[in-house]
Amino acid sequence: MKYTCGADADRAAMLASIGVRSVDELFAGIPKDFRLKGGLDLPEALSEIEVMRRMEELAGKNRPGRCFAGAGSYVHYLPAAVDALASRSEFYTAYTPYQAEVSQGTLTAIFEFQTFICRLTGMDVANASMYDGATALAESVLMSVGVSGKKTVAVADTLHPHYRRVLETYCWANDVEIRTAHGEAGVMMTPAADALDGASALIIQSPNFFGCVEDVSALSSAAHAAGAHSIVVVTEPHSLGLLAPPGKSGADIVCGEAQSFGNPVGFGGPALGMLAAGAGFMRRMPGRLVGRTVDSAGKEAYALTLQTREQHIRRERATSNICTNQGLCALRAAIYLSVLGNGIRKLAILNHKLAARCKKSLSSKGFRPVFERPYFNEFAVKIPGAPAVMKRLEEEGYVPGVHLGDYYEEYEDCVLICCTEMTGPDDMDGFAEAVARFAK
Amino acid sequence: MSHIPDDLKYTKDSEWIRMDDEFTATCGITDHAQEMLTDIVFVELPEPGMEVAGGEQVAVVESVKAVSNVYSPVSGRISEVNRALEGSPELLNGDPYGEGWMFKIEMKAPRELDGLMDAAAYAAHIESES
Amino acid sequence: MPVIFEKSGCGRSAYPMPEWKLDDADPIPPELLNDGVDLVEAGELDIVRHYTALSRMNFGVDTGMYPLGSCTMKYNPKINERVAALPGFTGLHPLASRGLSQGALEVLHGLSGLLCAITGMRRFSLAPAAGAHGELAGVMVIKKYFEKRGERRGVILIPDSAHGTNPASVAMCGFETREVPSTSEGDVDMEKLRSIVDQNVAAMMLTSPNTLGLFDRNTPAIANLLHDKGALFYCDGANLNALLGVVRVRDLGFDLMHINLHKTFSTPHGGGGPGSGPLGVCDELEPYLPVPVVLKGKDGFHLEYDRPDSIGRIHSFYGNFLVALRAFVYISMLGSEGIRDAGETAVLNANYLLSLLRKDYNLPVDRACMHEFVLNDKNMPGGVTTNDIAKRILDFGYHAPTVYFPLLIPGAIMIEPTETETRETLEAFAEAMIAIKREAETSPETVKTAPHTTPVGRVDAVLAARKPVLKWEP
Repeated sequence: MKYTCGADADRAAMLASIGVRSVDELFAGIPKDFRLKGGLDLPEALSEIEVMRRMEELAGKNRPGRCFAGAGSYVHYLPAAVDALASRSEFYTAYTPYQAEVSQGTLTAIFEFQTFICRLTGMDVANASMYDGATALAESVLMSVGVSGKKTVAVADTLHPHYRRVLETYCWANDVEIRTAHGEAGVMMTPAADALDGASALIIQSPNFFGCVEDVSALSSAAHAAGAHSIVVVTEPHSLGLLAPPGKSGADIVCGEAQSFGNPVGFGGPALGMLAAGAGFMRRMPGRLVGRTVDSAGKEAYALTLQTREQHIRRERATSNICTNQGLCALRAAIYLSVLGNGIRKLAILNHKLAARCKKSLSSKGFRPVFERPYFNEFAVKIPGAPAVMKRLEEEGYVPGVHLGDYYEEYEDCVLICCTEMTGPDDMDGFAEAVARFAK
Repeated sequence: MSHIPDDLKYTKDSEWIRMDDEFTATCGITDHAQEMLTDIVFVELPEPGMEVAGGEQVAVVESVKAVSNVYSPVSGRISEVNRALEGSPELLNGDPYGEGWMFKIEMKAPRELDGLMDAAAYAAHIESES
Repeated sequence: MPVIFEKSGCGRSAYPMPEWKLDDADPIPPELLNDGVDLVEAGELDIVRHYTALSRMNFGVDTGMYPLGSCTMKYNPKINERVAALPGFTGLHPLASRGLSQGALEVLHGLSGLLCAITGMRRFSLAPAAGAHGELAGVMVIKKYFEKRGERRGVILIPDSAHGTNPASVAMCGFETREVPSTSEGDVDMEKLRSIVDQNVAAMMLTSPNTLGLFDRNTPAIANLLHDKGALFYCDGANLNALLGVVRVRDLGFDLMHINLHKTFSTPHGGGGPGSGPLGVCDELEPYLPVPVVLKGKDGFHLEYDRPDSIGRIHSFYGNFLVALRAFVYISMLGSEGIRDAGETAVLNANYLLSLLRKDYNLPVDRACMHEFVLNDKNMPGGVTTNDIAKRILDFGYHAPTVYFPLLIPGAIMIEPTETETRETLEAFAEAMIAIKREAETSPETVKTAPHTTPVGRVDAVLAARKPVLKWEP
């Protein structure tokens, strides 16, 4: 399949206009020895019919199942309007909105996205998105360090381990030291003074990797008392329908993953990093920002702004090197949040009650919760012989949560379970019953 | 043709300096600099009390097109900064030698001024750069 | 255009909430709760009309041509969208066990193989979520490589024509950038380069073809020079479209590269993402790739984490999988012949368009171009600037070319038609550009106050930066 056009006569006319006899001549600048004589070692080209068959076969080798896994990626219901609107090709085949006059669609939607994120997180400024929650955290840390000049951060050990790993990579590249602040029984208590001493920021996640809700106010106060920024990570932003906005609980920077707003899990990507902060950070924020302005006739319009901080103008003095954001994913989030609107509170309560039902069901069958802390829609239970039980559950068509023992030795046989509106009350009961059956 | 007042001294990075008295001076960026930058949108000023060496970066000027470091023409202690620029960065464009002044400095070694360009030398310098 | 918050009169959410009867949950301490949310309450029809109206203010590849140099705005095939919507792909959780995700893992492993065949590299990581992210990972690989060898090298060389992400990525890894000047012919100045390359140089980054759309004839010589001093050679693959099927990047002597799937491999730009910037490396650098790596064993595909020399994780999961999926479909449909045809036609189209424009527009470097070329506004009458031309072309139903890049050429206008535009479209675009030149001669005001027919007129970028308003308030 080729997407090019042109009859031989067209080619000939074009070559004549250029003043060469063959296309080969146009590549004369490349030393002859390096130019390929034969074809590339690629499989035979497929037609649409054949490729569809092949891809359906590959899709069929995946089993999305009834999903009880969370841990940074959340299966939520996507209202039909989201796909219908986001699949309009003026949105998805559009370029980055550098020419504002022909990109008001994209720019308006991103402005809405920024507004939604500010409202949910309780912050003054949010950017047009980052690659994902983990890189949003890494960039938040670099932003904090850039402002404070202190090259150390304290990280709660209740942070998602993948986020921790990504942060370690970015901190290694930038000579930033990471100190671990140790939690207990599933949450961060007051972090030890030596972890915070001289640190640029304290990083906590709420709800954390174990599903437990942290006391963001107390932890932010502790950070401030030590002269550090409070960076709060949110991986399941539906929690903000119910929980206090981190911005009102002392957070200086809120970052995390907004995938669950309108985007499918898609085997982990594309994701949708979010980054929000107080007004003082505005000119230090990495990534794109959409601002409101007027056009030559005084009409309201939107444009990318504060671009000099971006790589393409500041170069080595850039706040970051980030170029692409996750534009279409942010658009989907804006549409989703427009549909969900204030219903996010009711949906959050629904998620919480579903999780409670599942937790109760499992508990009544002898599978005790690991932590006795407030939670949102994720919690961990102890299932003896968990790996084998999970394998049987997979055969039954479940994605049966995440085995915490894969990450932490001390949590062997503990399974992290997430409940959303995609698994209704009957699904909960069925799941608990299946667990009981296989754990015998 | 950009405006280059005779009574000032200039650096090769297009900063100007005016002696207020024997030990203090006022500094800013030249008309040529603001022309190259075009509309200035933000100015990051130093904190009063900051000690700087001649040639050290002391401020940042941002336009929609570019961002530029501003270097102190001489060594000394920053005594005052023009806070008006924070709300109205356009003053740098409109009146770079007057209302667009950036900072005042208590000079540590006034003899450093001898190493700077006068108006004629600065005019020749920007001519050669274009 | 009003924002959705101004349509908020419905009195209830448009979300289809199920009304399940559930017991109360364990109480959460009230101090951890919010006291309500204030987002929006709009009806579904109003929401649909709102976003439909927004879409109609947008320009996309499906609307018209984007001659954007360095962006490769080629056609986004619809079959890619159909495949990317299959529930077997969209609904798969990233932490589903390997037995449940063999299809997805096969796609990731397969795409790496296809990209290796095209470029000659040994393995690609699909983890980077964008070109800049791939570049950053590449600089991290360079850093790790020298760390492992116990060599302290602090400098990375970048040509003065480079894209801004290059020095930014370098700075983000603690290296110092040193600029290498270009000759008036647009090639790297070899004499200057020879004097700069020493034991402190870790690598040189080069876009190939370069940002002027020219193939640097010294590329193999640069590779030898760097390798002789033990340095690495990085290819910024943003312009790979020109080389498809014609030359393999590895053969030119590059040790590592990133690719932009949303440029060369037809995945949609999405109004600013999601993209994907796979990082490809030669044999020697393979151990340093980010984790996890997708490997194929006797019993299928798996994610490998036991990679002691890896730079580590750079993404929470495995990169933009649904974007990689689209590129996989694209390459599967093109095959070797289609890939070569894409590269050749891209270069043919660019040269043809140049032949139509060169009489009326200044060509700073007069050489046969590859897939893109750079003009500028020198000698433009009426005081008309590059920015004015970019705004006026919008009135003709085209997106503007890339402007003011590369910084090396004042008032640069960089044009890349791509291979998917027809001869007719190219001629029509050229006619529009020439019409603007005539306007500059006879009625420059029309150009200087453009655009006139777009949904909004020229926006005030200065106001947006001086008084930033970054969210809506009632």
